[in-house]
Amino acid sequence: MPDRPLFLERASFRRRRLGDAARVLPIAATLLILVPAWWIPRSASSAGGAVWLFGLWATLIVAIWALHRALLRAEAATLRAEEAVAEAVRVRAGTATGTPAAAAPAPAAADPEGDPGAV
Amino acid sequence: MPFETLVAGCLAYVVLMFAVAFAADRAAARGRIRWLDHPLVYTLSLSVYCSAWTFYGAVGYATRSGLEFATIYLGPTIVFAGAWWGLRRLVRVARMHHVTSIADLISARFGKSNPLAALITLIAVIAATPYIALQLQSVRLSFEVFATETPNGAGLNGAAGGTALWVAAGLALFTILFGTRNLAADERHHGVVTAIALEAVVKLLAFLALGAFVVWGLADGPGDILARIDAASRDPAIAEGWILRADRWTALIVVSAAAILTLPRMFQVMVVEAADEERLHVAGWAFPAYLFAMSLFVLPIAVMGRELLPAEANPDLYMLTLPAASGQNLLAFLVFLGGFSAATSMVVVCAIALATMISNHWIVPGWLALRRRPASEETEDLRRFVLNARRLAILAVMAAGWVYHQASGGAAALAAMGLVAFTGMAQVLPAMLGGLLWRGANRRGAYAGFGSGFFLWLLLIFLPSVGIGQAPPLPATVDPLAFSIFISLSANTLAFVGFSIFGFPDPVERVQGLSFVSAVEPIRHSRMLRGEDRAEPLLAMTRRIWGGDAALEFFQQEASAQGKSGFLPDLTPKFLTRLERRLSGSVGAATAHAMIERVGGGVSLTVSDLLQVADEAQRAKEEAQRLESATTELARTATQLREANDKLTALSVQKDAFLGQISHELRTPMTSVRAFSEILKTPDLSDEERARFAGIIHDEAGRLTRLLDDLLDLSVLESGRAQLNVTAANLHDLIGRALTAASATRADRVFTVDRDMPAEHLGVITDTDRLLQVLINVISNARKYCDADRPVLKIRVRRPAAGGAQIDLIDNGSGIDGPRQSLIFEKFARLNDPARAGGAGLGLAICREIMAALGGNITYLPGQGGAAFRIDLPPRPPAIVSRGHQDAAQ
Repeated sequence: MPDRPLFLERASFRRRRLGDAARVLPIAATLLILVPAWWIPRSASSAGGAVWLFGLWATLIVAIWALHRALLRAEAATLRAEEAVAEAVRVRAGTATGTPAAAAPAPAAADPEGDPGAV
Repeated sequence: MPFETLVAGCLAYVVLMFAVAFAADRAAARGRIRWLDHPLVYTLSLSVYCSAWTFYGAVGYATRSGLEFATIYLGPTIVFAGAWWGLRRLVRVARMHHVTSIADLISARFGKSNPLAALITLIAVIAATPYIALQLQSVRLSFEVFATETPNGAGLNGAAGGTALWVAAGLALFTILFGTRNLAADERHHGVVTAIALEAVVKLLAFLALGAFVVWGLADGPGDILARIDAASRDPAIAEGWILRADRWTALIVVSAAAILTLPRMFQVMVVEAADEERLHVAGWAFPAYLFAMSLFVLPIAVMGRELLPAEANPDLYMLTLPAASGQNLLAFLVFLGGFSAATSMVVVCAIALATMISNHWIVPGWLALRRRPASEETEDLRRFVLNARRLAILAVMAAGWVYHQASGGAAALAAMGLVAFTGMAQVLPAMLGGLLWRGANRRGAYAGFGSGFFLWLLLIFLPSVGIGQAPPLPATVDPLAFSIFISLSANTLAFVGFSIFGFPDPVERVQGLSFVSAVEPIRHSRMLRGEDRAEPLLAMTRRIWGGDAALEFFQQEASAQGKSGFLPDLTPKFLTRLERRLSGSVGAATAHAMIERVGGGVSLTVSDLLQVADEAQRAKEEAQRLESATTELARTATQLREANDKLTALSVQKDAFLGQISHELRTPMTSVRAFSEILKTPDLSDEERARFAGIIHDEAGRLTRLLDDLLDLSVLESGRAQLNVTAANLHDLIGRALTAASATRADRVFTVDRDMPAEHLGVITDTDRLLQVLINVISNARKYCDADRPVLKIRVRRPAAGGAQIDLIDNGSGIDGPRQSLIFEKFARLNDPARAGGAGLGLAICREIMAALGGNITYLPGQGGAAFRIDLPPRPPAIVSRGHQDAAQ
């Protein structure tokens, strides 16, 4: 298990929080769908219920779309930040006079080894 | 529309599907899979969820139960709302293990157990057969709608009656053609998926077109429709059914959410056919959007159908009868094609999924168990056998569906089959989720969970639905379906968790559990055998499954990855693990595991192997940490070296400067000595002139001597060889003597000395001569350089808590400004030396060295309103002044 840093940079922090949002979203959706049927089944069964249900549904789709977009962007940003850090490490290691830090591996974005057909 | 036209149109559509599938397969074979791999194609292929049951049946469902029909779509929507962390991970793990079906996933997770997979296959087949029958029935019914429309409909009824058989045969042909083309390690069917994606578009278009026609053609737009829905919900004939029931609403959403994960056909398109988890980024919102579009017009169509069509019309067929009754034949035909698409795509994918499960978990293991003699195996073509087994299984599935359809006959018996299948496969969910999220889940728990859930499902849901047995009597307020779902899933989960807690998994299971739960590559365990001659039988075995070229290619790749030429890699654990996983993509995890064990002659994994693996991992981790700390250590050493180097360079520069200075300092008096000696040589000099010049020479020689003395002194002090003559003395006396000695310096100046006599009476133990030297030096400096009009020298003495003495000498001159304060203790550091009274600029440097030798120090005190020095004296000097100590003092 890799040692996890205690504090994160802005990009990683934001990605984590968006990940939290992705966890909350299905729970929130479940509650919003279930609770009216438990609570006010008669009003939820008529035209008003249909409007509410389909409105909620459409909102949910937009929310998933927006969330996935934001998550993809955040992931790309984190990747860029990691690459920038790796680049900085490489540059510093290159210019420093024989600093052994050059031998330290740059933080890899993904497990470099693996079955090409497996992922 | 004449029945013949309908059949012709339908056949044309079928031909189109075959052509699309064929073209896609060809494109994939040539490696042009970019658009085939598009996330939208993937999303559309997921629409196989919307079978004919949901296509036609949703309207009937809505007619009877109002909004409750939406539960079937809401469950998947919720699941896809969690696509980012849920489905992505499922797909990732499944792709990592080359899982071929839901049964394979469960069996691979729980120790590659084939009996478990066989049990799940049984559940799936039992649940799916009536479901397939339902699809065939829907096609037949939709044909009949048109058949009865035609003038000579009665005569064609016979033809329509045979529809199911024709459809089943055609679908079997399609599935066999495009579903069992090859037995590759990555089991994907581009042709089938592309055709399904096209069918999904047709389904959606048909539904939307009919919906738009109903809302804007038959009714007066959305407002009118809403009013009609409201009116219908108050209609006493149906109002009771339309009221949502909390228990059913919840149970159905749970079951449909489970179904999207566990139905064999959904698992096939969502997980097995997915190239990677990236496509879920699009499918995550696009599939809910598809479901939304598919259900948006259900209620309007239901309401309008109920208003416009005769009361005896079948609500399940409103989709067709509504446009037909309105004279929209083309629209009706489009809807018919949509329904046909829904039915056929479901049947095709379901047949592929079931056939894979049947062949991988029933036929092949059974056959391998029957023919254990290796001699006969060498020549057999397993690949053809597996493919034939799948073809056979497809035929069997189709035949079972058709037979069931013929046997059940009535429409009512089949209508509930969709939910029956959903609830049946939902029994797999606890073990699936548990297996993916909980490392403690084990095979016994899975058996117990399936066993109890499956039994209750059979008893409470399946058998009553086919008319055998009776559901237990329940109070009227309890809904039987919701009750059965709740009871079976609860019992299932409880048994699963309970037996898992009290069981102890075998090593293979524990390895797989770690891999599934943490989504990491399986640990490469060292379970294999030595001897290279084993590679060849493995190659032979692989060739029998994949065919010669693919097997050779894989073995060659692996060999070259190991740095070997040829086709036979070393049987490293890594290679074997990979081979096994790739093989399991063709024949399932359990069979692949068993085959490799047998051919490779491997020893089964033991607990001590596992501990060894854990040990190795721990050692690797420690090694990495050690390397890391070594690297840090190296970096630290390098920094120290760099600092030392900088210091040495600076020292070298300093030494050069010192040499230059010292030459200069020696040269100046030398020059005057030489010059005045020259003058003395001239004969015509008066006596007093001679005496004056001789005096100058004497003075300059004295200065030279002092300089040389100072240098000698400094060098002795710096080298740490100074001899200390330690005695006790009163500091008051020492200061007095120093003042007297220093009064010779610029004796012309009136210099006030401010002393604190009582405090000065301190005894010190030190080399008094050396201390005196320091005091004289500092006091003379004050006399020399203090530029005040009425110079005052303040001397304060106190004894610190640690003992010894602290002497502050402060004058009221302009002092030394900040940047130069650090320079004054350097050699030859004469600042601005207007007086230059014979000093060589070594005084303070010597003072510093003396104080270091005495174990104290001398520092400049800033901010005292003049030049101020503090002399710190320890209680007693160090016994031996070592070089190191001196360095530290500096």
